[in-house]
Amino acid sequence: MQMLHRTFWTILAAAVLVALPVVESRPVAQQQEIAPKISNDTIGQQPRLAVPDFLALPAMGAASTDAETADVAKTISQVLIADFEFEREFALMPKDIVSTIPAATSVNDVPFDRWREVNADGVIIGSVQKTATGVRIEMRLYSVRARQASYSREYTGAITSRRLFAHQIADEIHQQQRNLRGVARTKLSFDSDRDGDRMQNTVEKRTVKEIYISDYDGENQRRVTTQMSLNITATWSPDGRSIAYSSYRRVQPQIFISNIYQGTLEELTKPPGQNFTPVWSPDGTRIAFASSRDNNFEIYVVNRDGSNARRLTNSPGADITPTWSPTGTQIAFTSDRTGAPQIYVVGVDGLGLRQLTHESKADRATWSPAPFNEIAYAASTGPGNDIKVLELASGSVRQLTFGEGTNESPCFSPNGRHIAFSSTRSGKTQIFTMARDGKDLRQVTRSGANYHPNWSN
Amino acid sequence: MQRMVRHSVWVTALVMTVVLTAAACKKKAPIARPTAPPAPPSSTNTVPARPPAPPEAVPEVAIVPPEPVIDSGASSGSLDELNRNSPLRPVFFELDSSDLSTEGQRVLDGNAAILKQHGTWTITIEGHCDERGSAEYNLALGERRALSARAYLISLGLPADRLRTVSYGKEFPFDPGHEEGAYAKNRRAHFVITAK
Repeated sequence: MQMLHRTFWTILAAAVLVALPVVESRPVAQQQEIAPKISNDTIGQQPRLAVPDFLALPAMGAASTDAETADVAKTISQVLIADFEFEREFALMPKDIVSTIPAATSVNDVPFDRWREVNADGVIIGSVQKTATGVRIEMRLYSVRARQASYSREYTGAITSRRLFAHQIADEIHQQQRNLRGVARTKLSFDSDRDGDRMQNTVEKRTVKEIYISDYDGENQRRVTTQMSLNITATWSPDGRSIAYSSYRRVQPQIFISNIYQGTLEELTKPPGQNFTPVWSPDGTRIAFASSRDNNFEIYVVNRDGSNARRLTNSPGADITPTWSPTGTQIAFTSDRTGAPQIYVVGVDGLGLRQLTHESKADRATWSPAPFNEIAYAASTGPGNDIKVLELASGSVRQLTFGEGTNESPCFSPNGRHIAFSSTRSGKTQIFTMARDGKDLRQVTRSGANYHPNWSN
Repeated sequence: MQRMVRHSVWVTALVMTVVLTAAACKKKAPIARPTAPPAPPSSTNTVPARPPAPPEAVPEVAIVPPEPVIDSGASSGSLDELNRNSPLRPVFFELDSSDLSTEGQRVLDGNAAILKQHGTWTITIEGHCDERGSAEYNLALGERRALSARAYLISLGLPADRLRTVSYGKEFPFDPGHEEGAYAKNRRAHFVITAK
């Protein structure tokens, strides 16, 4: 009878867990007793998570492991720890404690008592093995208290994808354990003068900027544009397959779209007028931008294919730097219609215009994705700018940077928990990220000068 | 052990029923990549060893091919000499302003006279700003300065279609310094001869 009782609650727990949006829509095969998620004994404290080095197994048919497998195992562990540290949802156990527990010999062999002794709530045991076509990674997230796996996965892929394995594991664990959309697989775009190429058709010494992309942590920085002219203010399409940006290759700035996995290029706007700072609607079907085609900068919205350009603002001032609301129904932008530039918001239908900021100067609004409802912007504070965040419901404003150089061009991460921005605090302008409370500052670029970061989905 | 196996199997059957019922309700599939279903159970030791079901393929990091190169038009090599020793002088502005000073107007009067002498020249007026203020707002301010100079020239009778404007904001300072002397040099409308 008692067993029946326990089973009933297990089923109920299973039903609750299944209702969470973590299971894919295909019919699920056999699933045993759902192990509880890892958690800290003390409510409100982060679960303590240990990530010992992944095991390097001998390749299929080999007698012993090789250096490359060992390197992959080490990389995956390091990147995984870095990804967890970035979201600050787990308290990572220090390496010197983790290394006191003898390494497991397989993913199924876990000395729970030893982990309990050092107060771990969860431990990830993983293994790497070369196969004929690449590598296979096995991973188990164990609940130390329940002495069971809370999440298990196996992955296959190329050896060159080693960082991506870790990023995928981190995203999946954040989703399954914390119901959180992680950013480990997201990317940044920015413009950089690091190649030192000179602009053509001018007698002045001008260094061009080209568009670059990188992983969210600054790895794998690579160049997208090859145009030997000024290419700036790039933004990712929501599907992450295209980048819109402003380019001066036709002398006056126009908006181009680079389909980066196909190597094709589209021209979204044409003369007359200067067109720049494109931003994609959340559903990817429209692009808002600033244009001087009517002899004064106004905000326009155009379809992805360049058709049906509509003007949204109408003032003798300059209306520039739009950003879309997460629902795609409103656009915040900068306008100096009353003198100094401030952030305004207007409906995509052109109605409901209102002023949001009252700074000495404000520019470059970026609208946070759900679950937050905030707009970050650059405010003039003394000789330079600082990043501030306006909470829309309450109207309260918090400041995140305080005069460490000038801090501009903020952009929220797709889960709203981080902000990428540019700062001169280390000398030349570089890309940094910080958490939305201003903590956890990290430098992303170091080569040349880098501007206008944008964060992919 | 046998009891535990029976228990596990029974639990599995019941859980499957619940799971399949839940799965039948419409759920938005995550945008993300396909994930393998959780592994089937095994009861050989206290830690249910689960040889995972079909492994999840992690996609290769996609290579980004460089963009196709666009031919940006005829080179201006022949005009470089002319622009290096340009008879056209820049107009300077006050902070945050695109208003023409008296001195600015005098400079433009001089430029207008030269342009009238060389009736075939076409000009690009570049608008520039100092490094203060945000990069994006300075793009707009630069355009204002260029337009301000252009409007004055048009008022002096120069044809509008010979005068193009472009704003570089604070992207290309003429003086890289960080004090007012440098800033003043960078707040300008700059004239470039683009055809003769």
